[in-house]
Amino acid sequence: MKLSVEELKKKADEIRILVLEMVETAGGGHIGGSLSAMDVMTALYFRIMNIDPKQPDKPDRDWFILSAGHKAAGYVPVLAERGFFDKDLLPTFNQLGSPFGMHPDMHKIPGCEASTGSLGHGLPIAVGVALSLKLDSNPARVFCLMGDGETHEGTIWEAAMGASQYKLDNLIGIVDYNKCSMDGPIDQVVSLEPIEDKWRAFGWRVIRIDGNDMAQVVGALEDASVPQGKPTVLIADTLKGKGCREIEGDYHWHYGVLGSERLDRTVRELKGGSNG
Amino acid sequence: MASTGLSLVEIEQMSARDAFGEALAQAGEQDDRIVLIGADAIGSTRAAAFLKKFPERTFNFGIAEQEMVSVAAGFALRGKIPVATAYGFLISLRACEQVRTDICYPNLNVKLMATHTGLSMAPAGTTHHSTEDIAIMRSFANITIVAPSDALETVKAVQAVIAHQGPVYLRMGRGSLSSVYSQDYEFVLGKSIEMVSGNDVTIIAYGIMVKEAVEAAEALAKQGITARVINMHTIKPLDIEAVRKAAVETGAIVTAEEHTIIGGLGEAVASAVCESAPVPVIRVGLRDTFSAFGGEDDVRKHMNLTAQEIIRAVGKALAMKRGA
Ligand SMILES: Cc1ncc(C[n+]2csc(CCOP(=O)(O)OP(=O)(O)O)c2C)c(N)n1
Repeated sequence: MKLSVEELKKKADEIRILVLEMVETAGGGHIGGSLSAMDVMTALYFRIMNIDPKQPDKPDRDWFILSAGHKAAGYVPVLAERGFFDKDLLPTFNQLGSPFGMHPDMHKIPGCEASTGSLGHGLPIAVGVALSLKLDSNPARVFCLMGDGETHEGTIWEAAMGASQYKLDNLIGIVDYNKCSMDGPIDQVVSLEPIEDKWRAFGWRVIRIDGNDMAQVVGALEDASVPQGKPTVLIADTLKGKGCREIEGDYHWHYGVLGSERLDRTVRELKGGSNG
Repeated sequence: MASTGLSLVEIEQMSARDAFGEALAQAGEQDDRIVLIGADAIGSTRAAAFLKKFPERTFNFGIAEQEMVSVAAGFALRGKIPVATAYGFLISLRACEQVRTDICYPNLNVKLMATHTGLSMAPAGTTHHSTEDIAIMRSFANITIVAPSDALETVKAVQAVIAHQGPVYLRMGRGSLSSVYSQDYEFVLGKSIEMVSGNDVTIIAYGIMVKEAVEAAEALAKQGITARVINMHTIKPLDIEAVRKAAVETGAIVTAEEHTIIGGLGEAVASAVCESAPVPVIRVGLRDTFSAFGGEDDVRKHMNLTAQEIIRAVGKALAMKRGA
């Protein structure tokens, strides 16, 4: 599947609606970080990655590791919309017996490659996957989505060193730089700056983009997919809560539920397009 | 021993850690899915024998044990059989969460091969001793825990662990294990081995304490007490049937381990006994204290990990059995 940039924009907003409705039914969810990363996830699943919902295990598939596992509230509707399972299941989110909840379980969700949720684990797991692909001369790529706050974790930097030591040019990290973690604006918690220099110093190629501008997202992911002898990281500047104007950029909306009135207004706006 | 390509005599002459390296290298020959993942200790863990044969399948991540364990999970996701090797305290403490969440929870086929466990790095002190690793690992669902008692058993354990599907913590010492087996035998994961038969009391041990247990049984025999000795090389899943049988047939149990008595084999056995055939269980091990440093034998003596201590414990167990 290769949607155009215009189609991807529309698709991302459609999935944002699925996220908000699902979270509304569940009574709560990680809205902020799920919405900020939606353009990246949509581009990956509807254009960039070589995947087939009919054969989720096909050997030459590209891999997606959701290192920031709490973005499952965004990830699960992406997989549903892409056809890995029936969208009718979304209202079971967080319920006992459902295939999915706050953090993804690889044995329960079709298309999910790794069980994540504890921050800082996904990138080193992705390093293992990328290295094993190289060992098999398999040309598939590994995309790993991290939260910005998540990169406070030391294991991210252990993995960053390991990936560059082994020249993993089949590994593409994406930092969803929405400038917020859970307790506040990230600069007031622990700043990541100078973020580009840090990744470069660890041996990575750095591409900086507006992560809520679909044309830039697609361009950067296509760029990053051309191997250059080292791992690549996309620093994607985003807005936490992107697409719900009333909460955008507000760290208090890391986790929550909109309530029916705000949800209705947001759905109406999104149907008109999150970028106006 | 045809499958290892090593003769019994050759293995007996090896230290347990050399035997580990050789067994791993042999396994690598038989199965090209095996990859070795290390954290700047491949040389001292003797896994270097694998590295020498298969440099393209060996990956060193430097002093980054948490990354090492998560990377192993990544390899397992693609159907490889990753062997992650480091000192026991680093796998169980530094990378504890990675073991639980990245390996045990998704039930991945990762082999954690821990070396230098227990007090085997005696002069290095408590920072380098692994005396809580069994307790930690035991609490994780899906994992199998194996602790061989000599070089031959190490070779057999490596083979069995590789053949097993699922996460395993293989607990090995630093290498100065003397032989407890003088002839070949069948090693099956989860199936304990009766080293000495007896009906008055049972001593259950693993690792380096098996030898002490056998020595204790020999000394007790001279006093007319026949002690059964069980080598519980697989601590999880525990051979509950052998424990129950020991309780019913001998009426008193002593456990011995190079580990804290909290959460180790002793507690596993005590729980199994309580739930099947309650009899006294006396635990030998570190008694809620950190270890000392010094020479290997001196430290073990100081921490009461000896045949003498086992004999004392047997006395206590027998007194309780008599209702004294
Ligand atoms: C190791 C770990 N520590 C703490 C948490 C709890 N937690 C969940 S999300 C979150 C904030 C994450 O911030 P960020 O990575 O920036 O994600 P985003 O803002 O994109 O949602 C925290 C602290 C966790 N899941 N894992």
